[in-house]
Amino acid sequence: MMELPSTLTARDGTALDRNAHGQYGDIIFGMIARLAGWSILLVMAGIVIVLVRGGWSAFSTFGPAFITSTAWNPISHNFGAATSIFGTLATTVVALAFAVPFAFGVAFWLVELAPATLARFIETAVQLLAAVPSIIFGMWGFFIVVPFMAHYVEPVLTHYLGHVPGIGLLFHGAPYGTGLLSGGLILAIMVTPFICSVMTDVFVSIPAVLKESAFGLGATRWEVMRKIVLPWSRQAVMGGIMLGTGRALGETMAVTFVIGNSNHLGWSLFAPGNTIASLIALEFPESAAGSLKLSALLALGAILMVISFITLACSRIFLRRGIPG
Amino acid sequence: MSVQKTSPAVGDGWQRGGAQAVRRRVVERLVSVLCYVATMVVLFLLFSILWTLVVRGGAGLSLSTFIHSTAAPGSGGGLANAIMGSCEQTGLAALIGTPVGMMIGIYLSEFDQDGRIVSLVRFVSDMLLSVPSILVGLFIYLIVVEPAGHFSGMAGTLALAVLFVPIVVRTTEDMLRLVPRAMREAAYALGAPGWRVILSICLRSARGGIMTGVLLALARISGETAPLLFTSLGNLNWSTSLNEPMASLPVTIYQYAGSAYDDWVRLAWTGALLITVAVLATNIVARWWLMRNGSAQQ
Repeated sequence: MMELPSTLTARDGTALDRNAHGQYGDIIFGMIARLAGWSILLVMAGIVIVLVRGGWSAFSTFGPAFITSTAWNPISHNFGAATSIFGTLATTVVALAFAVPFAFGVAFWLVELAPATLARFIETAVQLLAAVPSIIFGMWGFFIVVPFMAHYVEPVLTHYLGHVPGIGLLFHGAPYGTGLLSGGLILAIMVTPFICSVMTDVFVSIPAVLKESAFGLGATRWEVMRKIVLPWSRQAVMGGIMLGTGRALGETMAVTFVIGNSNHLGWSLFAPGNTIASLIALEFPESAAGSLKLSALLALGAILMVISFITLACSRIFLRRGIPG
Repeated sequence: MSVQKTSPAVGDGWQRGGAQAVRRRVVERLVSVLCYVATMVVLFLLFSILWTLVVRGGAGLSLSTFIHSTAAPGSGGGLANAIMGSCEQTGLAALIGTPVGMMIGIYLSEFDQDGRIVSLVRFVSDMLLSVPSILVGLFIYLIVVEPAGHFSGMAGTLALAVLFVPIVVRTTEDMLRLVPRAMREAAYALGAPGWRVILSICLRSARGGIMTGVLLALARISGETAPLLFTSLGNLNWSTSLNEPMASLPVTIYQYAGSAYDDWVRLAWTGALLITVAVLATNIVARWWLMRNGSAQQ
């Protein structure tokens, strides 16, 4: 696009003044645009550098053991990241376990089953769920979901699944209501719309001929979905799931309300725990500038950054290859 | 299923009652039912959240909520300073973020000749779109708050602007790419320089889409809490100075919702209702706008 004006100026000798003016305009405009574009690289580099530098004193004090240590003791200045990394990953896994089937179900319904007018309405409603601020999910979770979990869901789960060998371990413990399971469920509600919207987009974009030929051979809607649409769109669907994962990993406010906030590492999904983001949100205001604790929190931030950047980068790569055009 | 009716052979196969056909039919039905259930559950959750907000937050809606600042428990404070702070910070963030985001969007769509760097900028901008917002809060804390030695509304504004920009970048680029090539060529043929073509022709025709992006971005940042916790901190008194800690609705909700005082919790619900209504209304307007614009172009 940008080559055009320069060839025009070269050939058109009569309107020299105006073209010279245009050329300077182009140079200045190009500089502004490039500066703006590069500034975003600067911000990204800034985030990386500043977090790593801030966490450096924690990294160098504890060494690699920082990642495997479960300690978090501000009094003895002993900090470790294991508990909050575990909590982050555990809540994300729980979230995906619920969000992926639900997102798929809604996307399948929107694309194949719903009447067109209703589908548009429902799709907007699902997107609105994604727009609800995370603090609202946190409050709603704290006042509605947590009591519900404590009174109904967790006792029932313990009763029926608590004694099953193996997975029974997950459902042991006092039913506080707060904990990894509640955190994961809230996250699931928050990321479902994201995954669903990517899935809907890909499912719609499959060439009609592929689906029609399968229908022509007598396949049912589910068979078309499973054997034609899903294999065709596998990569983009993975990208959508990764996008949801990235959101779930870094979500702060909603989780802080329902996770229980205790530095505890265990297999029970009912036990209160913490995530990297919730720990930072809670402890950061109580940390003195320049203290080892602050540095430990920044180191946690750097770890969260690495985890979520890897996830988001994967998501980008999958999505770019997955959606043709 | 009109496809099957036009093909008698397939229709027969479907109707035949062999064990396999029955199994296929059952699976099809089962999956359909499960999809209906999944959709109902998701919708139910949305309505549950809205219902809870209306019931618990509606009770505290009164004039004093809007004209009084936050006060000690039991003394009947309002949310005026938080509302003001939120408007000021999100508004300023939008003022900073819109031109910057639009310029980056222009760079991505119009400066293809820069090659690799353009792809890199696009990649980084997409990453920033979903970067955990608490990391942005930490970043601004370290580069603005710590050197200055105090929390400030300006820091909060900057943190929100960092979250605002990538959304505008994405929509600007997408909308500029939709501008027909013929339109640019017509402008070039009239002798317009490149920058005029981009600003007066392309941006002008992409105006509606970009406005949608700006509105969606505004909705997104006005509900953000995590980046404000360590930057503008919150302020119990009325303050509009960007150089001092500044209250905001999300942070006030966060502080009040976890408190032990009934009237604070009630105010938190009212604040939650206000912010959700604002965010969802902005979203609906933005989508409606996009739909109207889209149909006008066709």
